[in-house]
Amino acid sequence: MNLASALATITPLTALLFLVASWLSIGALGLVQPNRIGWVARTLFPLGALVALAVAAMGAMSLLPGFAVQRAVLALGLPNMPFHVRLDALSGFFLLLLGSAGAGISIFAAGYFRQGEGTAPGLLCLQYHVFLASMAMVVLADDAYLFMVAWETMALSSYFLVVTQHRIPEIRRAGFLYLLMAHVGALGILLSFGVLQGGSWQMTFDAMRAAQLTPAWASAAFALALFGFGAKAGLVPLHVWLPEAHPAAPSPVSAMMSALMLKIGVYGLLRVSWDLLHAGPWWWGLLTLGLGLGTALYGAIFAAVQTDMKRLLAYSSIENIGLIFAGMGLALLCRSFDMRLLAALALAATLIHAFNHAFFKSLLFLVTGSVMHATGERSLGKLGGLIRYMPWVAALALIGSLAIAGLPPLNGFVSEWLLLQAFLQTPRIPHAFLNMIVPLGAALVALTAALAGYVMVKFYGVVFLGQPRERALEHAHDAGWLERLGLAWLALGCILIGMFPQAALDVVGRITLQLVGTAVRRGPSPWWMTPVTSSQTSYSGLWLWVGLLLAIGATFALVRRIYHGRVRRTPPWDCGYPWQTPRMQDSSEGFGQPVRHLFGPVFRMQRELPAPSDSKPHYHVQVQEHLWHRLYLPLARLVQRTAERVTILQGGRLSTYLLYSFMTLILLLVWVL
Amino acid sequence: MPPVNLSTQVVQMLAGALLLISFAMLAERRSRRLLILLIWQGVVLVASTVIVAASAGLTHLYFSAALTLLLKVCVLPLVLFRLMRKLGIERDNEPLVNVPTLMLVGLGLVIFAFGLAQPASALATTVLRKTLGIAIAVILLSFLMILARRKAFTQVIGFLSLENGLFFAATTTTYGMPMVVELGMALDLLVAVFIFGIFFFHIREQFDSLDLDQLESLKED
Repeated sequence: MNLASALATITPLTALLFLVASWLSIGALGLVQPNRIGWVARTLFPLGALVALAVAAMGAMSLLPGFAVQRAVLALGLPNMPFHVRLDALSGFFLLLLGSAGAGISIFAAGYFRQGEGTAPGLLCLQYHVFLASMAMVVLADDAYLFMVAWETMALSSYFLVVTQHRIPEIRRAGFLYLLMAHVGALGILLSFGVLQGGSWQMTFDAMRAAQLTPAWASAAFALALFGFGAKAGLVPLHVWLPEAHPAAPSPVSAMMSALMLKIGVYGLLRVSWDLLHAGPWWWGLLTLGLGLGTALYGAIFAAVQTDMKRLLAYSSIENIGLIFAGMGLALLCRSFDMRLLAALALAATLIHAFNHAFFKSLLFLVTGSVMHATGERSLGKLGGLIRYMPWVAALALIGSLAIAGLPPLNGFVSEWLLLQAFLQTPRIPHAFLNMIVPLGAALVALTAALAGYVMVKFYGVVFLGQPRERALEHAHDAGWLERLGLAWLALGCILIGMFPQAALDVVGRITLQLVGTAVRRGPSPWWMTPVTSSQTSYSGLWLWVGLLLAIGATFALVRRIYHGRVRRTPPWDCGYPWQTPRMQDSSEGFGQPVRHLFGPVFRMQRELPAPSDSKPHYHVQVQEHLWHRLYLPLARLVQRTAERVTILQGGRLSTYLLYSFMTLILLLVWVL
Repeated sequence: MPPVNLSTQVVQMLAGALLLISFAMLAERRSRRLLILLIWQGVVLVASTVIVAASAGLTHLYFSAALTLLLKVCVLPLVLFRLMRKLGIERDNEPLVNVPTLMLVGLGLVIFAFGLAQPASALATTVLRKTLGIAIAVILLSFLMILARRKAFTQVIGFLSLENGLFFAATTTTYGMPMVVELGMALDLLVAVFIFGIFFFHIREQFDSLDLDQLESLKED
């Protein structure tokens, strides 16, 4: 009786707080026996995955129709400054993303982490679960104080996860770069909150919603938030930490950072620009849109020329973040012209793409983890033909690759299609130049999607198809069952969203209803998704699946019937050159060469070509970013020079230092006089 | 002019003595005598606190006086004497600037302190507000002393004298701080002196001297 009444008082919000606490305690339990892999990996990580599933379920509950916003004030924090938490559709959606993708990653991690790789497993378990819990708290926070505390916890815990193998100097360097960018970004966010409180000196989000800012201050707050959250999400030119930190981290950590943490950055900007700020001038949208499209193209081009599979995926993350920001920018643009339905469509595309990216990108990062464990190799130039040795991983990686390339029956297509639909409606924008310029964004989105397809052909083809490029690859083994389970969970997500896109549209409709005031309807038929009008365009994932399966089945049956009994096995034509070795296959450099040639000025290349007479030819190419040499290194030199000037103050004499304090005291006293 | 009673006069005289001791400390070259001057400063402080307590009828000030007596007149000097003997530094040490210049700078500071105290002491409610200037002067002179010395040991004495000035300012303007704060400060002081003692040994071990100019070699280029 008592238990029943007690259970009845549990709301999704209190349940979520309890779940966050259980993540923290699972992490702490890792320290009990930090070096026993059976305890940490096989017991604690699956428990964490269960908690993640529960978080996803609670997040999903907040997306049900008829859910009212829940708030609570925690008895934590500073005196007179308690923590406020709030669960609404937007935070619920990101919790659903965090929990459902996080569950797959945790299951994979249970099979992945092994003894003796840098940080002790128990400590890793603590950092991992603190990371998850802090991300959930960022999403639940309803005041700037808790938000920043959780945000910085997230940055720090992920930093320690990145430098798991801290004995390697490059990894420490990558970690430092990440920490630096995270802190610069956090500074922007903090300043943005400082502007947003609008003179009320209240740090709750409610006060910020009520604050009336002048247009100039509102723009300043938006620009600071775009900078801060953009640095976390990986918006060009603030993306430099991504291609360094992702390859440095263990694969489940790269998957979490790319799939979940970047989305938390997206969440932050959504929260500030749609919830805390009122509708702003159109250039907010245009700026975000421009930066997003530039980032998307930049990421796709650089991904095409990478030779390290994790760096390739990191640039691909930059590309996807660019698409997400482009959708957000388009939605902001439409909001400033009060085109509600179009804003809702663009925002829906953005949110669904964020969700999709969480699934397929974590799937692919985890695949690289399995490949690395099986072969010990990260460079594309030394892999190949793994489909024969790792059939499970190869099949699941194929699903992820198809999804990320935006091919129809899977989820990647749904969001990119919705985004393109939104772009195709932009000629209706009532502004003389914007209605001509913005539709061009559709062309850029299409180009990016095509390049993403190219990148994925390269990734999958070089790693899994063809012949093994090294002899050692023949000893590669498939992933264990826990790893397979994690990968299969994520692949299932890709398939289901691709199959039922109208359900995803319904779910994000709850958020657009909250933020924009209207939602895109799925259309009259339950099986079809018709976001605009049925005379223009419709899409049905399920029917496409049925059609594809029927076509494949029919082809298979026909081929079997017609060719049955007439199978002849023979070596393929060898072009008249019988001594072929696996090293003659198209390499990853070779595959990327057209893009490197086409977009030559974008790269900073250092090439060493062998002389024609060289008996042992050696080819070397290094592709770098201009940004690094034109922006970051001069900036670093400037900081260094300024610091050297300031060091003059630090003379080393104790009495000089004392004199500084004495003079400061006297000056302050004179000042009060 | 309001009538001035005896206790106020005595306190003002003690305040003058405090200032005098501060000047004496500024000019004193020997560590041993410096320490004795610090004890005298403590004694004067205790006496003034007791008189303030008696004239204002505040019992908690008696406790602070007892605490000061125990800590600043007995425990800390004892610790410092033992340290001095162990370190073997009862020999001379010289100030950075020559003494007349130091005295002149000190005079300037006293004038500045009195100027500073004028508007502030107008706000003070106690009968002893005129002593605020002296308290600030003691603080500034102690700071000057820390600044002018190069031996770690004398700097610690300067630090303790600075704390005495702060305590005096508190008793004369607002009848002392809350007991909790005072206890906390006393404990801090005790801990600080112990830590200083440890550092003395470390510094001497590293540089074979307590001369802090040696620390300059720690700077990275």
